[in-house]
Amino acid sequence: MTSVPKRWPRLQEVRRRDGIFNVEALRADFPILRRQVHGKPLVYLDNAATAQKPQTVIDTLSRYYEQENANIHRGVHYLSERATEEYEAARKTIQHFLNAADASEIIFVRGATEGINLVAQTYGRANVGRGDEVLISAMEHHSNIVPWQILCEEKGAKLRVIPINDSGELIWEEFEKLLGSRTKIVAVTHVSNALGTINPVRRIVQQAHRANVPVLVDGAQSVPHLEVDVQALDCDFFVFSGHKLYGPTGIGILYGKSALLDAMPPYQGGGDMISSVTFEKTIYNKLPYKFEAGTPHIAGGIGLGCAIGYLNGVGFESVERHEHGLLEYATQAVTEIPGLRVVGTAAEKAGVLSFVMEGIHPHDIGTILDQQGIAIRTGHHCAQPVMQRFGIPATARASFALYNTREEVDALVSGLRKVREVFA
Amino acid sequence: MADLRDLYQEVILEHSKAPRNYRELPNANQKAEGYNPLCGDHFTVYLEVEGESIRDISFQGSGCAISKASASMMTQSLKGKTRAEAEKLFEQFHKLVTSGPNGNSGELGKLAVFSGVSEFPVRVKCATLAWHALHAALQGKQQPVSTE
Repeated sequence: MTSVPKRWPRLQEVRRRDGIFNVEALRADFPILRRQVHGKPLVYLDNAATAQKPQTVIDTLSRYYEQENANIHRGVHYLSERATEEYEAARKTIQHFLNAADASEIIFVRGATEGINLVAQTYGRANVGRGDEVLISAMEHHSNIVPWQILCEEKGAKLRVIPINDSGELIWEEFEKLLGSRTKIVAVTHVSNALGTINPVRRIVQQAHRANVPVLVDGAQSVPHLEVDVQALDCDFFVFSGHKLYGPTGIGILYGKSALLDAMPPYQGGGDMISSVTFEKTIYNKLPYKFEAGTPHIAGGIGLGCAIGYLNGVGFESVERHEHGLLEYATQAVTEIPGLRVVGTAAEKAGVLSFVMEGIHPHDIGTILDQQGIAIRTGHHCAQPVMQRFGIPATARASFALYNTREEVDALVSGLRKVREVFA
Repeated sequence: MADLRDLYQEVILEHSKAPRNYRELPNANQKAEGYNPLCGDHFTVYLEVEGESIRDISFQGSGCAISKASASMMTQSLKGKTRAEAEKLFEQFHKLVTSGPNGNSGELGKLAVFSGVSEFPVRVKCATLAWHALHAALQGKQQPVSTE
């Protein structure tokens, strides 16, 4: 038994010869999609917050606790060896998923947030000083703003922000202007969680590297939708969360180039991150363990490996095509609703449809849709500066996953018509 | 299933579209802000208090239909009331929106239309936001109050 099953019987049905997968067959892999909410079939369109889990991930978690639970990297007994093997196999799966050069560049963390905090507190504290600058964009999630603010405050450094245009795209010329000799790191999101914008991260990395500035890419919203190759992007750090990728909560990944990781001080001290300890001196463990203090979320890591295995089985190409089609279909469909305005109209978008309705607060939209079994997110999406940029307090956001259908988009549209009726 | 019309009653929708006492109060001697960081709702409640009596009350800000209508109807109910009466009304209103109608709901008058909120627990904060700000203003608190 391995943590990443090689085959799913249903995938034969899911993948059709024309490359477009059979979404109905795929939905059967996600047990929660069979349930009802408020007496209506669940229409789950809050995938940018967290994605649902396929049966194989759920089974992997129970199987781990039922059959294999033991601590890793320390026991000589059978179960500890099994658990270690599974956990390290998951790391390899994730390495291949990101196309990292080496498995030691894959560090298990709690999520994208912890990954960014780790880099800010280690690379940042070692390399950012008084008068230096950290460059982020105006469309960052709070998790890619606040860790840098904390660092800048401590070091007397300055947080600079690349502005965005009315479509929600980075203004390239401003980026070029802001990138200067004082810039010590650039931290940008790959895909905006509030707007859906896909940022040109490869170009950003090229430009930053010309100025010898490393780049951290927040991939929380990109890995579920786009095939990521960290070597092709040439980014120095890349973070993502497992739970948005059909895996468990509480597990995520920091990828870093080994030369940078090697030179960085450790993040947290404790067990597993050391190779020897005396009261006089501690020698830190090699990568990736140097950054993995304490017993990790073992089941979570194995579950994430399983989720990626599942995704690989479906095939990224068909995922991208399916989701892109859904987003276009949904964007077209909602524009027919009177008084509705889409927020975030970048040329390159993935996964997210944010909108406002004239005279109706997003919170009220959310409640009325919920009564029809439709789950969307309403609010500022942990991106308050984005809301300020567009002069709105909040948006309603529908976000898509590989199991969503055009029928569900139709349900959303009729739900929004009901919203208009209530407020007529 | 809770009925949407229990929550979005006509009176509530009407107040949310045309809120009463929606202005800054020139003679205010007490004011407080209420903020719900979860959804970004933000209101300021202005009070003109003379002795124990609320001579005038108004509000401004932005929020969902429930929070706005609640703020609007709160200002209507409290004009001319004493501090003690206002605090008591808040207590009764809070009970109404958290556990539904009860024996004392009669004293709430028009505010009873908010009883449907009790079927929608995540919206309780919306309905009570302006009231929390009122409470803070009556206590003379300077810091904005948060629902979190």
